[in-house]
Amino acid sequence: MSSTEPHATEVVVRLTNGLHLAPAMQIVRTAQQFRAEFSIRKGDRVVDGKSMLDLMTLAAEHGATLRLEARGADAADALSAVEALFERNFAIDGVSVDRAIAD
Amino acid sequence: METRRGIAVSPGVAIGPALVMGNEGFRIPQQLVRVDILDSEVQRFRAALAAAVTEIALHEQLASARLGKEYGAIFAAHRQLAEDPKLGGEIETLIREKCYSPEYAASRVLRQHAHTLQNLGDRYFAERANDLFDLEKKILRHLLGERREELSHLNAPVIVLAHNLTPSETANLDKQFVLAFSTEVGGKSSHTAILAGALGLPAVVGVGPFLSAVSGGETIIIDGHDGVVVIDPDEETLARYRVTGARQKSAAIRLRSLEPLKSQTRDGVEIKLYGNIEFPSEVDLCLQSGASGIGLYRTEFLYLEGGQEPTEQQHYEAYTRVIRAFPGQPVVIRTLDLGAEKFPQSMQQVIEGTPNPTLGLRSLRLTLQNLPMFKTQLRAILRAAALGDVRVMFPLVSTLLELRQAKWILADVGEDLQEEGIDHNPRLKTGMMVEVPSAAILADEFAREVDFFSIGTNDLIQYTLAVDRANPAVSNLYSSADPSIYRLIRQVVDASRHRSIPVSVCGQMSSDPLYTALLIGMGLRELSVSPNSILEVKQVILNITTPQAEEIAARAEMFDVARDLESFLRGELHKLCPEPVN
Repeated sequence: MSSTEPHATEVVVRLTNGLHLAPAMQIVRTAQQFRAEFSIRKGDRVVDGKSMLDLMTLAAEHGATLRLEARGADAADALSAVEALFERNFAIDGVSVDRAIAD
Repeated sequence: METRRGIAVSPGVAIGPALVMGNEGFRIPQQLVRVDILDSEVQRFRAALAAAVTEIALHEQLASARLGKEYGAIFAAHRQLAEDPKLGGEIETLIREKCYSPEYAASRVLRQHAHTLQNLGDRYFAERANDLFDLEKKILRHLLGERREELSHLNAPVIVLAHNLTPSETANLDKQFVLAFSTEVGGKSSHTAILAGALGLPAVVGVGPFLSAVSGGETIIIDGHDGVVVIDPDEETLARYRVTGARQKSAAIRLRSLEPLKSQTRDGVEIKLYGNIEFPSEVDLCLQSGASGIGLYRTEFLYLEGGQEPTEQQHYEAYTRVIRAFPGQPVVIRTLDLGAEKFPQSMQQVIEGTPNPTLGLRSLRLTLQNLPMFKTQLRAILRAAALGDVRVMFPLVSTLLELRQAKWILADVGEDLQEEGIDHNPRLKTGMMVEVPSAAILADEFAREVDFFSIGTNDLIQYTLAVDRANPAVSNLYSSADPSIYRLIRQVVDASRHRSIPVSVCGQMSSDPLYTALLIGMGLRELSVSPNSILEVKQVILNITTPQAEEIAARAEMFDVARDLESFLRGELHKLCPEPVN
């Protein structure tokens, strides 16, 4: 357990179908690149940001506000890396992930 | 304890352990394992999980290469899920701490998460539950490997729970061990429902998603009379259903004593009872219940089973089996009665974009537009007719021209057989279903051109009242007791009497003992009923005189709403057969 204050920020899910599989995977893979503990809070539920199962069952729908929290040595970097995913709405090479899953 | 409601399609109460069928027919062999083999069981699970991950990775590569990166990403996400240490950890904990078998533990964990997603109230996330089911299936496939067990290899009593059972799966259920079944999808007139009745298995269909709450092995109660499924019942509920089950069993035994009795009224008028069947295997129950033949042999299964059009020989063999079972007795074969939308790929091009299938290309209309297919079936029927008292019946006739065209094609096929020197019966009796209101209204004209009528009440009600009974929003309008139906049937019976041709009623109305007296009173002397209803209907026949039935029919004429007629008939039935049948 790290006793340091977490780095935290709030983001809003703008994906049409909510935080579905493909974007959840991006979060997990990004968070796993850092040593920092990474958690995501929706309402009163907190899940492990490095667990696919957790993110999937969090079921963050379109419009949901999420609080991202990172603790540990590289917490600031981890946080901004994941925040960047939300900022570009999880687009890969400029291509939206909304479309792919809708098919 | 969890109680679910569905559509009751086959009466009876059954209590037993759940056997959950996945889409691929997986079955969890056992719930618990011995403590001393826990380590090797955990190892077995880890190996299966690793194999599932490898499999997904392969799909990921294939999808990326063939379809593009964004499709590959879907599998990449699945792999991420399968590799999540949390998931493997949860399953391993259940194995170690509760001695669950790897199969049961994996199924339980994934189903619980899927269940959570389904209950969020968000349609999109509910559908994501399928991703978890998919992973469950993959792990189970690797766990069970060659040991994958199927429904045909049962050795202990079970209650089968499935998303869906195909007609052939249902037909092949081992009655020795399968006590009852329930499915998430399906309706009252689905083939699976019809078969359940024929097999005499209590069944509830159309329950909606509930399998995620069950892993297999839990105690289940199926109440096929009220359409109730109870998962993990408490003691009180169990006790209550045990009593109901016992009462039904004794009623069934009482009914079975009617098997050898001739179907005639108390004043000695014979009422011929025929069986409605779809599968050749259903003849056994008909024979056992003392049916006088087959009044409706539906042939759709031949077209739905193989995924392609049946050959003449396949038709012929299926017909032969039924004809041999009823030597010298009538077997009425109905030509293909399918909506184009249910049709195998061979027909797909015909049906694209039909907004209103029940009023569209189906049944006789479909076959008249696909002559080679129609002729194949007619050839087989004409040939089979050389073996016994076979009759052919055309469904969904709506105009005289259609009927004439169908008869003309039949004659044409007969001539071909004649020329080819193939044995057949050129004098085959030809009849029609009266199930479109136009045919009922013009019954007097139609009666001049056919050898017999059979009133198909299901469609007649649907088309007369313009209501789809599978649609819960309007199904309350659907009733066999609607006075309009009563009048149409009367008109058809009068026309057949006027032209001296036999008339029978098939469809669910004739299988419901509530209407038996009414139909006899209207002048019907032949009823074609589902095999498991033969004895119930016979019981009414044995308890009534024709003047009594006529009195009931005369009084029925005075009701102007279905509800009142129905409760009147209920009262009359109670007087005739005080012991409730169900």
